[in-house]
Amino acid sequence: MERRRSFPDVLAGGVFVLIGGAFAVGSLGYELGSPLRMGPGAFPLLVGAIVAALGLAIVIKGLIAGEVISFGPIPWRAVAAIVLAVLFFGFTVRGLGFVPTSAVTALLTTLASSRVRPLMAVAVAAGLTVAGTLIFVVGLQLRIPLWGPWLGF
Amino acid sequence: MELLDNLALGFSTALLVQNVLYCFVGVLLGTAVGVLPGIGPTATVAMLLPITFSFEPVTALIMLAGIYYGAQYGGSTTAILINLPGESSAAVTALDGHEMARQGRAGPALAAAAIGSFIAGTVATVALAVAAPPLARVALQFGPAEYFSLVLLGLIVSIALARGSTLKALAMIALGVLLGTVGQDIYTGTPRFVFDQRELYGGIDFVSVAVGMFGVAEILRNLENEQTRTAVITKVKNLWPTREDRRRIIGPILRGTGLGAALGVLPGGGHVLASFTSYAVEKRISKRRQEFGRGAIEGVAGPESANNAAAQTSFIPLLTLGLPAHPVMALMVGAFIVHGITPGPNVITEEPELFWGLIASMWIGNVLLVLLNLPLIGLWVRMLRIPYQVLFPMIILFAAIGTYSLGFNAYDVYAIVFFGVLGYILIKCGCEPAPLLLGFVLGPLVEENLRRALIISRGDASVFVTRPISAVLLALAVAALAVAVLPAIRRRREVVFTEEE
Repeated sequence: MERRRSFPDVLAGGVFVLIGGAFAVGSLGYELGSPLRMGPGAFPLLVGAIVAALGLAIVIKGLIAGEVISFGPIPWRAVAAIVLAVLFFGFTVRGLGFVPTSAVTALLTTLASSRVRPLMAVAVAAGLTVAGTLIFVVGLQLRIPLWGPWLGF
Repeated sequence: MELLDNLALGFSTALLVQNVLYCFVGVLLGTAVGVLPGIGPTATVAMLLPITFSFEPVTALIMLAGIYYGAQYGGSTTAILINLPGESSAAVTALDGHEMARQGRAGPALAAAAIGSFIAGTVATVALAVAAPPLARVALQFGPAEYFSLVLLGLIVSIALARGSTLKALAMIALGVLLGTVGQDIYTGTPRFVFDQRELYGGIDFVSVAVGMFGVAEILRNLENEQTRTAVITKVKNLWPTREDRRRIIGPILRGTGLGAALGVLPGGGHVLASFTSYAVEKRISKRRQEFGRGAIEGVAGPESANNAAAQTSFIPLLTLGLPAHPVMALMVGAFIVHGITPGPNVITEEPELFWGLIASMWIGNVLLVLLNLPLIGLWVRMLRIPYQVLFPMIILFAAIGTYSLGFNAYDVYAIVFFGVLGYILIKCGCEPAPLLLGFVLGPLVEENLRRALIISRGDASVFVTRPISAVLLALAVAALAVAVLPAIRRRREVVFTEEE
């Protein structure tokens, strides 16, 4: 295997350093305690430091002898559509109710594919809304109102 | 005979109408997601977990287990018919299985896989019934120090077996453990890393982590380059293997079963390793080595038996030690806890009906799988025609609904987005998601036992090396780490994984 500088390695390592570091710094705000009675901050500090250290090792390894991984394209459209769809669901399900939220979420999700045609998107969204309502609300008795208070019901 | 009594108890539980029904639902769903590329058992179990909360515990676990081993089964169908492994362990099956399908022998290939899986499943279920009770008795002696070392060992062994960079896998485990600390501290009740959001006090739900890392991230991967699935699906006929075929598959099935049953116990990708090893063994000892890769039925029967046997025996560490060997098992640990049962050595004595019922249900599930797969193969073939543009919105929508129904908490839904994007970035950088989930589920156990052990030893950290069982477990963990890191062994490991391109 050919080894050299690797962007994915540096990126992954960076993510680990960032999250590990953030947790480690954050845990300093909690009581650390003693080995006999470890406070709430001790364990996250320890693990956060380990994550950051491993991340640093990955960055260094990535700069001198990284793994060759093809990073590939990023489907920005899909990322945006799916992130929006799921956030929309979490944000509105209580207010709009199950049916409108599911329909919009499904419709937004179908837009993630670059090959989608409008008619098909609507058909899929409608079908999934019906299926979801039947399975989760009718079949499994999930206690989510079908139409929410925001709609004036 | 104690074993027979226990099995009788198990079957009387597993044969209850609702248990057989949900076992059937489980293996049916498992087969379906195993067949469909792009959605795996982990995401499915995560999505369905909230639904099972209202079931009896034993029924819930029977169904979840059914999804897991059903998926191992279904994965081989896709591998053979369209050369796309539905599950990672079916990758080897595609080598010779798809070659057989191209020669018009898809029927015997599918039959060999089904028969092999059934025999392996039966033998491995017996192995599970025999091996689990003594192991649980040993584990009952464990104190916090031993448990800490055991969990650490489990986490480290799981990366020694995984593919890819050891360093990254270690970092993923640690990251999982770290994310598991969000929420109220178990001893003092101090809320940690919650940013004053009351909804986060209970911590991040592991269902959100699993759905994000295995569902959303996987979908984003698949949407990178969309292509219509090349459906060169041949009509499957002549299912029954010829006498020559039957003679040729007996040996591989038995060897695969043995290998799989042994390797399945190891945490991490035991079933993947088992199928790869079985293929390598069959190829080495075969008199027809040149046929491998060109449609040798041994290359289908062996690995398929191995991965199914491993799928069954990977329940041993879960049921006796509470250690999950696979991300799906990690989710099952969560299911146990939701139902108020601590997975571990106590299950067998405190919940004998659940323990033996689950084991008996696996055998029933295997019978159902044979019935489902061979006659209904046409149905599965047709399912492969469902376009991905329909499939992925369904997964996203149902994932959102499922996680929301966990506790009617919008933060659980937002967490999917966070873990989906994080998982996508990390997977793109060559990190495996499974270690993170294992770390996330086991992290609180590590912290709890570490702190408890230190309290008992009055702050003396040497307790982990002075108690003999703990010391042995830690030594094994160090050895496993050495195995994973040492270049010479690494290279051999890669050989096993990349054997036969």
